[in-house]
Amino acid sequence: MASLFLFTVALSGCSGSPLGYLDATSPIAGAIASLGLGLTAISIAVCIVVGVLLVVALWRGRRAHDLAITPVNDRTAIRWIGFGVAISTVFLVGSAVWTLLTVSSISQPAQASALSIDVIGQEWWWAVKYRSSNPAREFITANQLVIPVGVPVQINLTSKDVIHSFWVPKLGGKMDMIPSRTNVTWLQADKVGDFRGQCSEFCGLQHANMAFNVRVLSKPDFEAWWDRQLLPTAGSGDDPRLKTFLVRCAACHTIRGTPAGGILGPDLSHFGDRETIASGLMTNTPANLAKWINNTQTIKPGVKMPELHMLASEIDDVTTYLEGLK
Amino acid sequence: MTTVQPNMEVTSTRQKLLDIWETAPGLYGWLATVDHKTIGIRYLCTAFFFLVIGGIEALAMRVQLAQPDLKILSPDAYNQLFSMHGTTMMFLYALPMLSGFSNYLWPLMLGSRDMAFPRLNALSYWVFLFAGIFLYISFPLGQAPNGGWFAYVPNTSLEYDPGINMDVFALGLVFLGISTVVGSANFIVTLLRCRAPGMSVNRLPILVWGTLTASAANLLAVPAVSLACAMLWLDRRYGTHFFDVKGGGQPLLWQHLFWIFGHPWVYALVLPAMGIVSDALPVFCRRPLVGYTLVAISTVATMILGFGVWVHHMFATGLPVMSLSFFSAASFIIAIPSAIAVFAWIATIWTGKLQFTTPFLFFTGFIMLFVIGGVSGFMTASVALDWQLTDTYFIVAHLHYVLLGINVFPVVGGLHFWFPKMSGRMMDERLGKWTFWTMFIGFNAAFFPMHVTGLMGMPRRIYTYPADMGVGWLNMLSTLGAFVFAVGVFLFLINVAKSLKSGAPAGDNPWDAPTLEWATTSPPPVYNFATIPQVASRYPLWEDRLKETEERSIIGDAVRDGMVLDKGKETIGVTPLDAEPNVVLKMPGDSILPFLLSVGMTGLFFGLLAQVIWLVALGAVCEFGVLALWLTPEPHAALEEVEIHD
Ligand code: HEM
Ligand SMILES: [Cu+2]
Repeated sequence: MASLFLFTVALSGCSGSPLGYLDATSPIAGAIASLGLGLTAISIAVCIVVGVLLVVALWRGRRAHDLAITPVNDRTAIRWIGFGVAISTVFLVGSAVWTLLTVSSISQPAQASALSIDVIGQEWWWAVKYRSSNPAREFITANQLVIPVGVPVQINLTSKDVIHSFWVPKLGGKMDMIPSRTNVTWLQADKVGDFRGQCSEFCGLQHANMAFNVRVLSKPDFEAWWDRQLLPTAGSGDDPRLKTFLVRCAACHTIRGTPAGGILGPDLSHFGDRETIASGLMTNTPANLAKWINNTQTIKPGVKMPELHMLASEIDDVTTYLEGLK
Repeated sequence: MTTVQPNMEVTSTRQKLLDIWETAPGLYGWLATVDHKTIGIRYLCTAFFFLVIGGIEALAMRVQLAQPDLKILSPDAYNQLFSMHGTTMMFLYALPMLSGFSNYLWPLMLGSRDMAFPRLNALSYWVFLFAGIFLYISFPLGQAPNGGWFAYVPNTSLEYDPGINMDVFALGLVFLGISTVVGSANFIVTLLRCRAPGMSVNRLPILVWGTLTASAANLLAVPAVSLACAMLWLDRRYGTHFFDVKGGGQPLLWQHLFWIFGHPWVYALVLPAMGIVSDALPVFCRRPLVGYTLVAISTVATMILGFGVWVHHMFATGLPVMSLSFFSAASFIIAIPSAIAVFAWIATIWTGKLQFTTPFLFFTGFIMLFVIGGVSGFMTASVALDWQLTDTYFIVAHLHYVLLGINVFPVVGGLHFWFPKMSGRMMDERLGKWTFWTMFIGFNAAFFPMHVTGLMGMPRRIYTYPADMGVGWLNMLSTLGAFVFAVGVFLFLINVAKSLKSGAPAGDNPWDAPTLEWATTSPPPVYNFATIPQVASRYPLWEDRLKETEERSIIGDAVRDGMVLDKGKETIGVTPLDAEPNVVLKMPGDSILPFLLSVGMTGLFFGLLAQVIWLVALGAVCEFGVLALWLTPEPHAALEEVEIHD
């Protein structure tokens, strides 16, 4: 029964947690949370009923003096078993029906999604591609999803290497990202804010540190954000800082509007806009970025970005340059 | 021949049987024995050893997870540990442990002298042992399997996992699968043929029902995983494309094959353990189990339904919602037979006169854990809810309540219960109760909080987690609980050691239990029963007091009319359903061949692992040679039809 107490503490505690899904902020997660609370309530009730039955049974039989084996008649006892099983069946069938109703209410959005985003999982980060009917308005970013509040957004999921799973607990359930397949899910946020996402299928060494951020903006802010993404970012071609970046980083990273066009690592255009570094591992500050560049393997062992052994001045260049890309 | 032995002097019969059945002393006898009791005890000890190893791995993981951002284990070490922990517990502890019980107990419970195929029985043990060693061989080199016990492709393909880690896993499971399949076939035939006359199917102990259904399921399920592992290995080493996306392969194929095996498997890990409880709990309630028939049927029903729910491990893979709904509904329905069993146990306690012995504590504790693990399973059966719950610590909590609650607790209770039969000595009750409470409290402290960390969104299979998730203190509690649980296991081992040396002598039937294994001495003679018992009811040793039928079973040495079968290594064969005796089975003697066959197989698998052709060839030749010897008919092996009196 201490367990019940813990459960209650837990349910209230979950609200504070960045990956807790019982305080939902979306129609999908909301429907699942109600179902979850309902089934949890049934579960706790079952534990209490069985616990009480068991304790009473133990109490009744505790002082048996006469341990002789005597003839038994179990007709009544078997009737009680039948009764217990019948009640359980009612609850099981009821829960199954509730589940199926929930599934059908959340498997498709109420209105068609106007916005479609591709998310491609890879060891151990996320590429994000914004779709548009106008190819000139499409662009690629990484490790951060920005979506408008209140409308359904279609998310097309696939993977470049192993299986990952896309999960933003406060906005909805998981969907796997499987190479050679595209799984489609959708997100809809009820309020503006930042929400954490996390890979939830074991994908190798850095599965633990494969997180991302979902930033929900008001409609006008979202439009403005999109327009800003399409602006040329660069700074002029002979900016010495960009030069350092081109020499040291461009083999793997892209910055739109510059010669940097590597595709092995995350796209870094508008890097200054992002909440975190290394897929949710550290907050995006110049100090953290400086630390990251030379210590990738200590900070995120196994990560596919090599330690670059850059000079302090080079690090300074690159950090200042990247953080300036808003 | 005739089975009637009039006026036979009891002691001389026993001597004669002993001469016929006894294993030769020395190393040869040790390697060659086919006595199901010896093999059963070897299974139990080896499986327990693996439980301890898997437990140590778990403790190492728990230390790393005790607080956020710890750096005690590297991610690679953590991945190897959780993979080996899962693999060890599922394959090298949980099922072999139950096989140990069934091996030891079946012939005794069924009133037979041995399993149907004693040599296969020895083979299945040796293969299990060598496959276990095989799976662990790369552990000291830091090259142990590291892709999880579920080994999802493509993460386990050569491209993403280039070491030998997953080759060890794939070949190891194929190797171990041989043991499981051989053992299962043996159980099934034993049940059908090697029972005491009169032990019709409605008189079988529930443990027998549990192991029987589990074995039938294994015969169907294990080939799926052996096949999948062979395909994985071919993909890795010979460039086939079963799962390789670039060659048109399908990663989801692996998941289907794995879970078509995996889900029935988890039922195979619990049904025999539930059988242990159904048979042993009533003894301490001083009455038969309430609803025997219902429980037997629910056992079989669970297993059958168990084949229809594998997709609930794949709710998030993007399969069509329609099919997910079907599997979700089936996963709810499978709880009904479990409910029957739970109510039957509670009714038995309710109507019983209770004896609070150590095994009784383990069995009642089990009922509560079973229910908690059951309701968390009920929550994950809901496809919509599972989209949140899957791959979080909620699942880790669920699977441990199920596996420790329904497997480890009945197993440890069962070891306390049958220890007197196996050793002739009682276990210490005071230490036993300490063991129970330490394990029970430690277990709940370790695993209950995981429900909560799961609801707070902590993903599983992570080697570290950030502090802002707010789960640090809950994880600390889990870690402390795990250590308390480990202390409980240690107390159990101390109790075993102490009781072996100085436990009170047990006598034939210290618990006054009703089934046949308690009718013979503790420990039983190598031939089990001097006279084959004839069974007239479900509870032969209680029937005088239960007064359910007029007929009485005939058990005991001095029976003038009984079947002694002392013309050679023999036992009686019966018809499958009604257990009418219809044949005298000639049992094979001890033999080194099972051991040699396993050694050859080990060579073969090491050859495949190292890709050393001559070793593969040597292993194969050795296999053929041994098999040829094995299959050579023995002069007296033909069955004899017999006239059975009345
Ligand atoms: C002292 C007792 C035990 C402790 C402290 C313990 C702890 C753990 C931990 C920490 C994990 C890793 C979770 C993760 O990273 O996702 C785990 C996984 C697992 N455990 Fe245990 N465990 C114990 C006993 C058992 C037993 C007895 C069994 C089975 C009979 C078992 C079966 C498993 C399985 C199947 C996994 C999943 C591995 C995977 O995800 O591939 N454990 N356990
Ligand atoms: Cu991932």
